[in-house]
Parts: sequence; structure tokens; C-alpha cells
Amino acid sequence: MNKLKKYAGLICIAIGPIAMYYLIITASSQIIAKPEIDTKIQWAVFGIVFLPIAFGLMLFGYYAFKGEYDN
Amino acid sequence: MDNSKKLRQVITASSLGTLIEWYDFYIFGSLATVIASQFFPKTNPTAALLSTLATFAAGFIVRPFGALFFGRLGDLIGRKHTFLLTLIIMGGSTFAIGLIPGFDTIGYAAPILVLILRLLQGLALGGEYGGAATYVAEHSPEHKRGFYTSWIQTTATLGLFVSLGVILLTRHSLDADAAKSIAKFNDWGWRIPFLVSIVLVGLSIYIRLKMQESPLFTELKAAGKTSINPIKESFGNKTNLKMVLLALFGATMGQGVVWYTGQFYAQSFIENVCKIDFDQSRTILIWAILFGTPFFVIFGAWSDKIGRKWIMMGGMFLAIISYQYLFKQLLQLSDTTNSIELVNEKIVKSDRQILSNSDTVKTVTNIHQFQNGITLSSTTKDTLYASGKKQLIAAVPKIVKTVGNEIYWKMVLIVFIMIIYVTMVYGPIAAFLVELFPTKIRYTSMSLPYHIGNGVFGGLTPFVATLLTTIYTSNLLVGLMYPIIIATICLVIGTIYIQNKIDPLVKE
Repeated sequence: MNKLKKYAGLICIAIGPIAMYYLIITASSQIIAKPEIDTKIQWAVFGIVFLPIAFGLMLFGYYAFKGEYDN
Repeated sequence: MDNSKKLRQVITASSLGTLIEWYDFYIFGSLATVIASQFFPKTNPTAALLSTLATFAAGFIVRPFGALFFGRLGDLIGRKHTFLLTLIIMGGSTFAIGLIPGFDTIGYAAPILVLILRLLQGLALGGEYGGAATYVAEHSPEHKRGFYTSWIQTTATLGLFVSLGVILLTRHSLDADAAKSIAKFNDWGWRIPFLVSIVLVGLSIYIRLKMQESPLFTELKAAGKTSINPIKESFGNKTNLKMVLLALFGATMGQGVVWYTGQFYAQSFIENVCKIDFDQSRTILIWAILFGTPFFVIFGAWSDKIGRKWIMMGGMFLAIISYQYLFKQLLQLSDTTNSIELVNEKIVKSDRQILSNSDTVKTVTNIHQFQNGITLSSTTKDTLYASGKKQLIAAVPKIVKTVGNEIYWKMVLIVFIMIIYVTMVYGPIAAFLVELFPTKIRYTSMSLPYHIGNGVFGGLTPFVATLLTTIYTSNLLVGLMYPIIIATICLVIGTIYIQNKIDPLVKE
């Protein structure tokens, strides 16, 4: 089980940057497609909120990889 | 006073206040369209900007800040006074929204005031839940912690239930004529649900004032062991921070999306995608909530016997595997393409209204009856310009369906099933969160992952789901990808990392 926790931690570390990249790309394309103030605010809020969360997921993965959640 | 009577009072005082806070928070969301027309006219870009800020900021940014601010306060000065303060702020803000004159009367001051009050509502809500859950848990014996805290868990859903009920009741009781009653409601009657709040809040404050501080916090304070800097101890200390991250990624984010999909998104899907009328789409949810609410307590109590983990994970798993099927059933039930139309019962209504500028608005309503009990009304509004100018865009008919008894109750059953998933993920979660953190920083530590999970991940569900349907227009169920993906990640993390043991040392 501890091994599984360790490898799942690596997956979490990988999901963080993928989520960040996807968020930034989607936000940019949506703002370009509809450059209105509503769209900008909406995606700015998504960015402000989700980028730190994605970082948090990477930190969680790091702790898991280091064995902090081992039995 | 015997212990069980005291516990009943603790639960009543805490639950009633929390229920009222949720009610206050939801009436704004439920009346968003009416509020927008009063305070945020779309023709005015600044007002529309403030409207977007009010929608996004209060739900997604301010709630976690409220969790930090009031959580810290609750760990420093105590639970009782802090969640009394959040109740006063929430009640005062809600009442004040009901008193603000419209944009037509006081101009920009109106949307600015509404925005400020909405932000205060978000802050107060961020501080309320953690306080109430902590307060009840710290009064509960360890073998009944899940059962007692599950009463707090009923409040969010019941708050939604009461808000929908009050809105529907007010909407239909302002005039004997239904159309006039709705018009009066949209004009001034929407203020009533906001103003009513002050009575409920007053009653709840009175009850809460009589309560004592949590025994565990009192003990900690007497021993001089309360935290000096709860935020630093919660998030600057690795031992605690890793539990905050586990609570968020392994429990609350999945709980948040399941909660919002089963209630808000289900109602929005029935109204906007299935095209079921305003009242029916809401009463379907009301019935499902009424039948589903006791299960919060059932699953909370059950978690005292078998642990919190597998009930919460089971709820997420069932949601993940069945959402597509359940929402597809809702679509099929409201579909008229395969049903035979009763052609003889077709009604056509036509109306012409001459405007002050001499233009004429022509309204044509076709009412179709179908063998499966659905009544479909298709209304087209066309403007005939006095100048003879031609309309550039063809008028789009507005479709509204009313379903018969059989389909209605089948829809209630489907939403009820989704609410059962909500009760599974949400019923035991307060006890689970309380047991993860020590008393001296519990309020702060549990409030943040809860409000990121519920407020950010959950609160975004309707927006992201709708956004997905605008990008991938051919698939009406594509909006479900967001809750399914988030719940799947959470299920995997929760299953691997969360332990199923009930912590008896919640005092430490």
C-alpha cells in the first residue's frame, strides 16, 4: 500500500502542471474568442483560484511521494 | 440539565443558525435574474461588471477568506462568539439587500451596495459552517459524533429547500391572478424573502446567546493552551498542512461537485435543457430534498459504526458511474419527439401590443398536447417596426414544457437518487473533518478545505458545466464531465490515502 501511495503521489505531481497548462490555454482561447469584460473577469477568477489549488495538488503529491501518508 | 437535553439544545441552536445562513446565501442565487434586472441592468456595462463580480467573487474567492478570517477568530476567542458574529453579519447583509433602492432610483450606489453586501454574505458563510460543525462535534460523545454532526449537514440542503419554498410561495401569493402576482414579485415582492430573514436571524441569535462555549475549547483556554497564531499553525506546519491537503483532495472537492450536481445542476438542467417550466423544475427539487434529507442523519449515524471513509467514497463512486444515465433519463422523459401529438387539442394564441414608439410586438403562442402527458408551449415574439424596417434576426421561439403526473414523479425519483449520493458524501464529512485536526486549530484548519471543496469546486459546477455545453454543443450531457472528472480524482485519492478509523482522541 505504501508503494501505491508513493506512485500515486507522482501522478498527482504530474496532474498539477497539466491542469495549469490546460487552464491557461483554455482561458487564453476563450478570452481571444470573446474579448469582453465578463469573460476576462470569469477566467481571471478561475486562474486566481485554480492555479494555487493545482500547486497544492503538486505539494500533496510531493508529500505522498516522500512517504508522509504512509501507514 | 441532563446531557441529552443539553445536546439537543446545542444541535438545535447550531443547526437553526446554519440553516438560516444557507437560506440567506441561496435566495440571492435563486433570485439572480430578478436582482440583475433591479440592480445590474445589462444595458449599463459598469453595472453588468459589478454583477459578474458579485456572482464570482462572493462564491469563489470570498468564502475561503471568510473561512480563514473567522476560523482564526474561532480558534482565538472561541466558537460561540465567532459563529454568533457570522450569523449577525449574514442576517444584517441579507436584510439590507432587501432595503436597497433600485438602479433607477439611486444609480451606481445600488449595485455597489449590493456587491458589498454580497461579499459580506460570502465572508460570513465562510466562517459559519466550520464553527457550527466544530461546536457540535466538541459537545458530542465520540461514538455519536457522526450522528450529531449530521444534523449540521442537513442545513445546507434544508436552507436551499426553505429558500425555494419561500420564493415560490411569495411569487404566487401577491395577487389572485397568477400573472399579476409574478409581475408584482418581479417588481417589489422579491424583497420579501430577504426581509423575512431578519426575523429568522433574530430568533436564532436569541437561541445562540443562551448557549455555553464548547467544553473542549473552554478546557483548552483554562489550561492556557489555545493557539497564538492559528493560521501559521494550520498551514505553516507540515504535519497539519498535509492533513489540510488530504481533506481537500481526498474528500471535500469530490463532495462539493456531487453536492452541487445533485441539486443545483440537476434543477438547472431540468429547467434549461429539458425546458421544464419554472415552478415544476423547482418543486421537483423540493420533493426530492424532502424525501432525501433524513438520509444525511442515517448516513451520519451509520458512519459512527463503520467509519466515515467508505460511505463518502461509496457516494462518489455511485455518482461517477450513474450521472450520465440519470441525466439521460431526465432528457428522455422530457422529450416529445417520440410521442404522438394530440393534434385536436392544439391551441394557438396571438396577441399584439403597440409600444409608445408605435412599434408593434406580436406574440404567438402555440400550445401542443402530447400523449405522454407533456404540454409544450412555444412562444415567439416578433417586432413590427413602425418605420417599416425589417427585423434582421429571426425570432427564436421560447419553449416551456409542463409534464404530467407520471413523468413528474419519475423526475422526482431521479433527483432523489442524486440527493442520496449527496447525503452519502456530505452526511459524515463534518465528523471526518473534525477528527483530522486538533482542537486548538480545528476551526481554521477544517474551514479552509471545506470552503475550497464546497465553494470553489462545487460552486463552479453549474458554470463549468454550462461552459462545456457552449463549447461542445452537440452533446447535451457534456457538462457532466466536470463533476465526473473531479469526483474520480477525489475518489482515487480518498481511497488510497484516507484511513477509515474513527479518531477517539478528538480532544488532542
